[in-house]
Amino acid sequence: MSASLVLLAGNPNSGKTTLFNRLTGSRAKVANYPGVTVSPFSGILRLAGRGEVEILDLPGTYSLSARSPDEQLAVDALLGQGRRADAVVVVSDATALARNLYLALQVIETGVPTVIALTMMDEARAAGHTLDTARLAERLGVVIVEVVASTGEGHENLVAALSTALAPAPPRPPRLQAPLAPEVEEDLAPVRAAVASTLAPRTEAEARAWVLWAALSVGDDELARVPAAVRAAVAAARARAGQRGADLDLAIVESRYRVIDHVLAEASGPVPENARTERIDAVLTHPVAGLIVFVMVMLAVFQVLFSGAEPAVGLIESAVGGVQGWIHATLPAGPLASLLSQGIVAGVGNVVVFVPQIALLFFFIGFLEDSGYLARVAFVIDRVMGGVGLHGKAFVPMLSGFACAIPAVMATRTIESRKDRLITMLALPFTSCSARLPIYLLVVATVFHGDAPVMGLVSTGALVLLSMYSLSVIAALAAAAVLRRTVLKAPRPTLILELPPYRRPLLRNLAINVGQQVRSFLTEAGTVILSLTVILWVLLSYPRLKETTEAFTAQRTQAQATMSGEALDTRLAALASAEAGQRLRESVAGRLGHVLEPALEPLGFDWRIGIGILGAFAAREVFVSTLGIVFDIADADESSESLREALKRATWPDGRPLLTPLSGVCLMVFFVLACQCMSTLGVVARESRSWKWPVFLFTYMTVLAYVVTLIVYQTGRALGIGV
Amino acid sequence: MGMLSLAESVVPSTPIAVKGARLVEVADGSSAVVRRLALPRATARRLLELGLLPGTRVRVVRRAPLGDPIELRLRNYSLSIRREEAALIEVEPTV
Repeated sequence: MSASLVLLAGNPNSGKTTLFNRLTGSRAKVANYPGVTVSPFSGILRLAGRGEVEILDLPGTYSLSARSPDEQLAVDALLGQGRRADAVVVVSDATALARNLYLALQVIETGVPTVIALTMMDEARAAGHTLDTARLAERLGVVIVEVVASTGEGHENLVAALSTALAPAPPRPPRLQAPLAPEVEEDLAPVRAAVASTLAPRTEAEARAWVLWAALSVGDDELARVPAAVRAAVAAARARAGQRGADLDLAIVESRYRVIDHVLAEASGPVPENARTERIDAVLTHPVAGLIVFVMVMLAVFQVLFSGAEPAVGLIESAVGGVQGWIHATLPAGPLASLLSQGIVAGVGNVVVFVPQIALLFFFIGFLEDSGYLARVAFVIDRVMGGVGLHGKAFVPMLSGFACAIPAVMATRTIESRKDRLITMLALPFTSCSARLPIYLLVVATVFHGDAPVMGLVSTGALVLLSMYSLSVIAALAAAAVLRRTVLKAPRPTLILELPPYRRPLLRNLAINVGQQVRSFLTEAGTVILSLTVILWVLLSYPRLKETTEAFTAQRTQAQATMSGEALDTRLAALASAEAGQRLRESVAGRLGHVLEPALEPLGFDWRIGIGILGAFAAREVFVSTLGIVFDIADADESSESLREALKRATWPDGRPLLTPLSGVCLMVFFVLACQCMSTLGVVARESRSWKWPVFLFTYMTVLAYVVTLIVYQTGRALGIGV
Repeated sequence: MGMLSLAESVVPSTPIAVKGARLVEVADGSSAVVRRLALPRATARRLLELGLLPGTRVRVVRRAPLGDPIELRLRNYSLSIRREEAALIEVEPTV
């Protein structure tokens, strides 16, 4: 017999995740549900006498009605054909009880054994709110357990209640169902018939739950597996109700709130206002102070994200370098050593290098979310984001994109609507991430160095840099607006945003959340990034021509025979650089550079820049070192004088200089717009649960980059600017 | 009104015309009782499920620093919606 399954349901901000962490420790795993974009976490609770119980932490939701596969997960786990829940814990926030009980009542109505975990009772009590929980439990017909998330108080009672709920018993009808008016029941008759014949409900309560779910969910949904008969019946029922001037949605929701209001009138005293949150909001959403705080908080987050990860990233990079050095020192030079160091170790490094930024970003998001400020961020900035067809919640992911697209794409998980999330995910790779900066710096230092300041104030280089960042912002916002009108057609998302009370975040929760996000990145996106790195390594290293090996071996032997000391070292280093350059030029990628040259020439790029662009798929900044190898310069970075000199001297076969101010600007424009980052593609594949979207992302960004760069270069040449 | 025509152009099902006072006209700090949601189905249903029903008393707390969205207080919690949607909610002003 498989372990019992318990669902943990609850409104967002109800303390559900805290409770989940308490119940399962930090051993949660990502649960695999096909068709779902944000996978729920699942963990194990050991119950005395009942063995292991699987706890599934459902995404926070205000109701069971569903319009998307993500929202449908809870319904399927409660009523569906597959593995079904044996009990449900509905986590309910005592400070906003009516709204929380709406979800609880929906769950109770299904007849699945239900326990209500009442959170924030300490907060409610401190505010002077009296609640007769015994009375409430009696009226709802379920067990209510008070829990205090921060201290774990009430935890044993919850576990005991859960154990009782899981005791084997024949299914019994729920004690409470919101009664519907007779004419509404009549309207719903065809739906009842369709549900009975297609969805195989086991009990009367389940049948009724399916009927009410269908009436509320079906019609304007994106659900894939709704039987056609149910669809038709719902349409008929809605039409019938419409004829008498009634609205089924309103009738069903109203019936539930009527019961809730009635129950609360008996069990609850008057509810006082949350004075503390009101005081804080008077400042944090104030027309002036609110904006100042907003800008300061966002600047702080960005600053830490941009530079705070640097020490850790440096450590990871030097560790990778150390391991690579060790491999080369231990193994004989050859394909195996190269595969291990340039393929596998570099690939692992390519994955691990993102961990510091992911951890930092999710720490901040967790902190902002748990404190209640993340909702205010959306509240304050929604007007700006709404102007380009985005949701206020898209702001933090977009901002994070300026540091790195990988954690930013993961941060879109806070956006509920799948379409809004995809639009944000597909637009934010335009934001100028920190990996683009080395390319800008190399170009600026090479072609704009020493130019006279514009109007005697700003250096040309600074102005060019500013233009690139502006271009990236314009591109990201325009992409979002265009995607919403074309590929991901959807009306402007409506903002329906709860502003939760301000609360103190629990460090333990933040740490667990960061750990879970990092682990899911490493195991899911990480494997994709690693495989892509190895493939890229093959393209950049093969074929290895025997003649090249022999030629360089011969030259080395000759050098060792005729030279000694410093002169020999210099000669050997030069030979190593020359060999690396030769190998790269002979590789598949190197040949591709030549093949691509006719296509790149109209943009002002030759085959050498072409090889650099191919190498930059590993990560944009790799463009610089790859270009270095092409020019026989080992270990080049953006401040490498020899690479700058080589680029200044480089010419086309007809003697024209390769890197002019115009072609330099074109190179930067290309890197602003092109999707030169396979890790972004890997993480988009993982987050969208499909290869369709990364392929689309790559194609549309590359085509756009090509066309815009072409226009800039050809216009510049025609007008004779910067040539 | 411009805002209404925008809503109609992006929302496929044309919302029902609004009669009488609208939630967007309620002054900051004042309360009103909801009469009818003249909103597209998806939005109306989400608001209904959040407890914003005909007969529910709502206080307009404030507008966001940039003027939109607005913050509402109902059923002892705070909810934010845009002026565009608030313009399609009919209310009965109270004192």
